[in-house]
Amino acid sequence: MRYLPLTDTDRAEMLAAIGAGDIKELYKDVPADVLLDQPVDLPFHAGELEVERQMAALAAENVSAGSVPFFLGAGAYRHHTPATVDHLIQRSEFLTSYTPYQPEISQGTLQALFEFQTQVALLTGMDVANASMYDGATACAEAAMMACRVTRRNRVVLSGGLHPHYREVTQTNARFMGLTIDALPANAEGGENLSEHLDDETACVVVQNPDFFGQVEELSVLADACHAAGALLVVVVTEIVSLGAVEAPGNMGADIVAAEGQSLGNPMGFGGPHVGLFAVRERFLRQMPGRLAGETVDVDGRRGWVLTLSTREQHIRREKATSNICTNSGLCALAFTIHLSLLGEAGFTKLAALNHAAAVTLAGKLAAVPDVEIVNDAYFNEFTVRLPKSAAQVVDALADRHILAGVPVSRLIPDDPAVDQLLLVAATETARPSDMDAFVSALAGVL
Amino acid sequence: MANSIPDTITGHRGLQLEEPLIFEQDAPGRTAVDLPEVPEIESRLGNAARKGEIGLPGLAEPQVVRHYLRISQKNYAIDAGMYPLGSCTMKHNPRLNEKMARLPGFADIHPLQPEKTVQGALAMIDLCAEWLKVLTGMPAVAMSPAAGAHGELTGLMTIRAALEDRGDARKRVLVPESAHGTNPASAHMCGYKVEAVPANEAGRVDLAVLKERLGDDVAAIMITNPNTCGLFEDEIVEISAAVHAVGGFVYCDGANFNAIVGRVRPGDLGIDSMHLNLHKTFSTPHGGGGPGAGPVVLSEALAPFMPLPYVMHGPDGFQLAEHAGQTDAKPYGRMKGFHGQAGVFVRALSYMLSMGADGLRQASADAVLSANYLAARLNDLLTQSYPGPCMHEVLFDDHFLRNTDVTTLDFAKAMIDEGVHPMTMYFPLVVHGALLMEPTETESRESLEQYIALVRGLTERAKAGEAASFHDAPKYAPRRRLDETKAARNPVLRWQPPIDQAAE
Ligand SMILES: Cc1ncc(COP(=O)(O)O)c(C=O)c1O
Repeated sequence: MRYLPLTDTDRAEMLAAIGAGDIKELYKDVPADVLLDQPVDLPFHAGELEVERQMAALAAENVSAGSVPFFLGAGAYRHHTPATVDHLIQRSEFLTSYTPYQPEISQGTLQALFEFQTQVALLTGMDVANASMYDGATACAEAAMMACRVTRRNRVVLSGGLHPHYREVTQTNARFMGLTIDALPANAEGGENLSEHLDDETACVVVQNPDFFGQVEELSVLADACHAAGALLVVVVTEIVSLGAVEAPGNMGADIVAAEGQSLGNPMGFGGPHVGLFAVRERFLRQMPGRLAGETVDVDGRRGWVLTLSTREQHIRREKATSNICTNSGLCALAFTIHLSLLGEAGFTKLAALNHAAAVTLAGKLAAVPDVEIVNDAYFNEFTVRLPKSAAQVVDALADRHILAGVPVSRLIPDDPAVDQLLLVAATETARPSDMDAFVSALAGVL
Repeated sequence: MANSIPDTITGHRGLQLEEPLIFEQDAPGRTAVDLPEVPEIESRLGNAARKGEIGLPGLAEPQVVRHYLRISQKNYAIDAGMYPLGSCTMKHNPRLNEKMARLPGFADIHPLQPEKTVQGALAMIDLCAEWLKVLTGMPAVAMSPAAGAHGELTGLMTIRAALEDRGDARKRVLVPESAHGTNPASAHMCGYKVEAVPANEAGRVDLAVLKERLGDDVAAIMITNPNTCGLFEDEIVEISAAVHAVGGFVYCDGANFNAIVGRVRPGDLGIDSMHLNLHKTFSTPHGGGGPGAGPVVLSEALAPFMPLPYVMHGPDGFQLAEHAGQTDAKPYGRMKGFHGQAGVFVRALSYMLSMGADGLRQASADAVLSANYLAARLNDLLTQSYPGPCMHEVLFDDHFLRNTDVTTLDFAKAMIDEGVHPMTMYFPLVVHGALLMEPTETESRESLEQYIALVRGLTERAKAGEAASFHDAPKYAPRRRLDETKAARNPVLRWQPPIDQAAE
């Protein structure tokens, strides 16, 4: 067995050194009647070639995005990742190390995390960012819980434009923590007045920008209203590339930003692993969940980094910790950082501009199809389309024509006749004009 | 001594290359990605367009490659050598797993594609789930949790949902003192009051005390088995029975499942729910802190409350249950965006298929054998906290360092100079100055012997009064001891442009 270096001779000699007759003696604390003396009923070991064939056969049953015109978004986006990213994150020193508990031999991970934190703070326009969360949805739930700790209030208002998964994860956590959630109904047409829902029990308002339907908003007025009511503004971003073109939440008054970083460096990968981003105003630092890398010096006075402020965390504070998170998304955060370092200011803003241009171009083409209407007036790389019939049926029919057309809103918001004909469409830099034309003409064919 | 080496002009020392931050290498306008020209369009960003600069540095590709390569060389890794970090299970991470996860049919698919276009991905999740169910002897598994701690929270929420469903919410969760910090933190996030249960002198849960603490307001016990002292809870069956007798549930922290895979099924121990750290037991890489995956196996009684989403077998193939209305079950909610850590499942499944039922069983045995071998070869010099055979990790306390002026921390730092990653220190909290060593099945005999020789050698030096050399360690790492107090007292958590540059 290729992963096991001990030989039978080693095993026999080691048992003898221990003074045990056989391996079962080492399992003597296990009640005898539950100790299995046969392997469980599963296949036996297999060589690389066999495993590769079996896995490849499963992979081949999926339609990969790169093989067809592709326009899905709704919280996971297809972007081109430079070859350098995947090469570097597979360096053994990054891939096969643990959380940096021994800083003297973990400076690589720690420096990368410090750079990641800086990049996230810059993108979001916030003071400080942590070393990552599991994903955007869990970051959103943590942000709501943190806002309750900071304000010592218990009520959370969720915009109807919040991604339904983010809403559900936040509601689930809140229920068990005994927090009250006021989730406003989803409404693609906009016009939601969140300020009306503030009261003196409100810990925070959670709003997504661009929202689930693709709409982008200026949030300063909402931020002022929240602050006047003693509440925090939590801004969620599910498409981080948007921040190359859209104003940073921090510049519009956000107190906490919870975001999904998958778009940079990470594949869609059927939904995970992705990387949650979490950034706050400095004054809330000690209520923040998650790990933080901080700068310091060693005994020779040389600059270095360590994990810091860990008195917030579970391994020190146990049930009083700010969160139970331990393992986070380290390697996905590294991929994010490397991709963003490759892009730089010029590349990142240009990438955002290309995404916006692709969406505007596609929206123009779709709007020309009879009975198809673009719902949003302002958007980044994703928008909502109203079709003359069920969006789920249209997507299904287009899949048969080898086009992955978008996400029917009903996939995420079931049992709501108002959204039945709504289709979420995303266009990134990977969508070619020919892909768009194939989509538009096939769509006309199935309507 | 460090100052016996003359300073170099560059600050580098041969292969130890100093590397500034990426932000300190900026040339405005430079980029490592060539993108096409942006077509002329009419902006639809409305009044939300970004106004100022972001402040990201510009570098070309060769610079970025060198930067991350150089900093990578400042990390220790399991690919470089032994990493006996107890409880963390640093075993070999097969590269086949990485290759499989990068197949476009897994990596380049969207979680919300029509189900008929992702049947292979759903089958992959289902097969991974099947292996986990058979290995644990449990009827159901919630695949969506993102890591161990997330799995703990999921398991407890499932328990609370089942209790509420029978109109019996309850208040308390019992957590042994030796438990990992995530256990009480998860119980708190589930809305429970945490109550500690002491250990007996054998390092196990004290059954008599546990029985006293039990009552009809106890929702669950969170037990770790094998526990964090590296010991099997020999009274687990009695513990489960006692908890069940008062109507509570048994949650097991399965971080140490790697000791018993293929040899003991938690389902046979009366356990109702347990998470599996795929990034420990099932060889997926830790990546410097994640990602992981923490699927949670569930008993018959808990299965109906499993959170969304999950894969179902439908008439036309695999289906996803994403909304409560799609099943007759009573899912309590959702833990995460989309469907779980699919990319981690691909890796874990590749590993399980490679090892097979026979190989997984052998791996557990080798892990346990290697830990016991360390114990046998070290316990004349070090002080093993609990006598008798251990499971996959062996726990020492710092009594052997008494009167040496060497602490567990000093000892760990001296190990760094010897070229291995130190063991886990100061955890679990139930023994003084803990040193928790987990060799895993990955180490060859030669590597175990080398480790034993260095631990013995260091111990002899400590006992011979050479404390000063320990206080000075590490000397050969990319950095010597770092000032953690300064880092916490005056937190610098991001790069800032130098003042004169910022003022311009
Ligand atoms: C015993 C134990 N429980 C729980 C955890 C938490 O697991 P994770 O880091 O995957 O969240 C760990 C990991 O460090 C552990 O060792």
